[in-house]
Amino acid sequence: MSHLNILVLAQHNNQNVHADTYSALTAALQLRQLAGGHIDMLVIGSQCQQVGQSLSHCADVDRVLMVDRPIYQDGLAENHAMVLQALAKNYTHVVTPATSYGKDVMPRFAALLDVDMLSDIVTIESADTVIRPIYAGNALARVKTQDSLVVMTIRATAFDKASPADEARAEVVALDLDYRPQLTQLIKREQVDLERPDLTQAQVVISGGRGVGSKENFAMLETLADKLGAAIGASRAAVDAGFVSNDLQVGQTGKIVAPQLYIAVGISGAIQHVAGMKDSKVIVAINSDPDAPIFEIADYGLVGDLFEILPELIDKV
Amino acid sequence: MKVLVAIKRVIDPYTKIRVKPDGSGVEQDNVKMAINPFCEIAVEEAVRLKESGVCKEVVVVSIGGVSCQEQLRNALALGADRAIHVDVVQTYSPLTTAKLLNAIVRQERPDLVLMGKQSIDNDNNQVAQMLAGLASWSQATCASKLEIEGDKALVTREVDGGLETLQLNLPAVVSTDLRLNEPRYASLPNIMKAKRKPLEVVAADSLGVELTSHHQVLEVVVPASRSAGVRVNNVAELIDKLKNQAKVIE
Repeated sequence: MSHLNILVLAQHNNQNVHADTYSALTAALQLRQLAGGHIDMLVIGSQCQQVGQSLSHCADVDRVLMVDRPIYQDGLAENHAMVLQALAKNYTHVVTPATSYGKDVMPRFAALLDVDMLSDIVTIESADTVIRPIYAGNALARVKTQDSLVVMTIRATAFDKASPADEARAEVVALDLDYRPQLTQLIKREQVDLERPDLTQAQVVISGGRGVGSKENFAMLETLADKLGAAIGASRAAVDAGFVSNDLQVGQTGKIVAPQLYIAVGISGAIQHVAGMKDSKVIVAINSDPDAPIFEIADYGLVGDLFEILPELIDKV
Repeated sequence: MKVLVAIKRVIDPYTKIRVKPDGSGVEQDNVKMAINPFCEIAVEEAVRLKESGVCKEVVVVSIGGVSCQEQLRNALALGADRAIHVDVVQTYSPLTTAKLLNAIVRQERPDLVLMGKQSIDNDNNQVAQMLAGLASWSQATCASKLEIEGDKALVTREVDGGLETLQLNLPAVVSTDLRLNEPRYASLPNIMKAKRKPLEVVAADSLGVELTSHHQVLEVVVPASRSAGVRVNNVAELIDKLKNQAKVIE
């Protein structure tokens, strides 16, 4: 492939750019560096001018395409995929982060274009060859695509975030596309209040498992998290036991994180959990069972009763 | 209404996988296989819809070699009424899977297609969305709650940052997340009964779908392992290591 035309689908809440968008931009920059070409960013939403303005500050982006109408307010895969379909003929690559929205809209769009799709990629080797984890991250597959349109979601933790410049550089272009959702309607959205850093963006993550014992005991983790400026995570066991809400789950079926420091408290280390955190820079495990598998991947392991260890840790950090 | 559930045979999730030394893939021989856990949740949800009187018939479908009939029988034992095995030997992509399912959908005309949000082998999370796109149906992925109200489905989805509820016009495709339900175990009498339930084998090439993948897996490798860590004896030592050795806290 020579001269790529890359489209980065921006993720946002109609006001602010989701930070993972900048990881997708880095993936696009890597593609362009390998083969040369243009990068456009696409914003689909409602009253989202501010998002377009922020993205126009990205050096190396040629254009920011704005598809701004009330019908796009809710981020429905149904009509967002149709916008992508309408624009796809101009591009060789369409890239977005593997968030809830990206995973929802991109496969639908790929099917409309009759192309296969690359999910959750961690490395770009060339314009047509990537690496992606399979089997909960227990194996890596090097995959080459023959599609002339390459549709991919990228794992945000595997790419640094491109930083916007001080002044606006990219041209902002408004596009008039009208695809009304006919079949799907958003009824409500319940956001969990975030008093702490976002789990997938945090530098430090403190996760609790079944061993924490109760919702009340999670307060200890929260106190420690606040002292370290950390986000709170959890294993599936802790979520199923009702200790915390499910959007805090780290693992193959939950969020993938790769912070500077990951502290696993009362977590045994099942493969599904490890899939979501094993790329953390430093892993600390605190567990009463010296044979817990989590110790096999922990840089620092402390065997003991978390009810003695946590208060001391809170006291001393 | 009629519900179609797509299920996949995968390596049992509690098995530690082994990458083949020649890099051609993951060892599948003599490995315990099972229904993909998310698909099990989809079967359970369909059976509950039947038990609550909302749904009249639950049809399970699986695509693959003859061995996936074992997982179809499991699904029949869990309460599905009949099974369709789409017989395919070569490898094929998620898009091809979605096309084959779409062909079955056109024949069966279900009101709802349920499937897992992803299979735990390839971790793609694509087929439900692709099928919905091909069929021009509404979709709801990562469902943690499903209610049928007349010709609509109300689906609560697990999304980053919380939950959202969508109203879908039926027919629709819904993919299941872990918290939708707790799948039941098949009882021995039901396993026996499942042996007599209808299981139809459909040749993939009779469905008019070209069996391809535009992707070629060049190599499968084991990820770099983390270097062995150390055990610390107490909190003071841990804090010292984090501050002075790893330099991740101040």
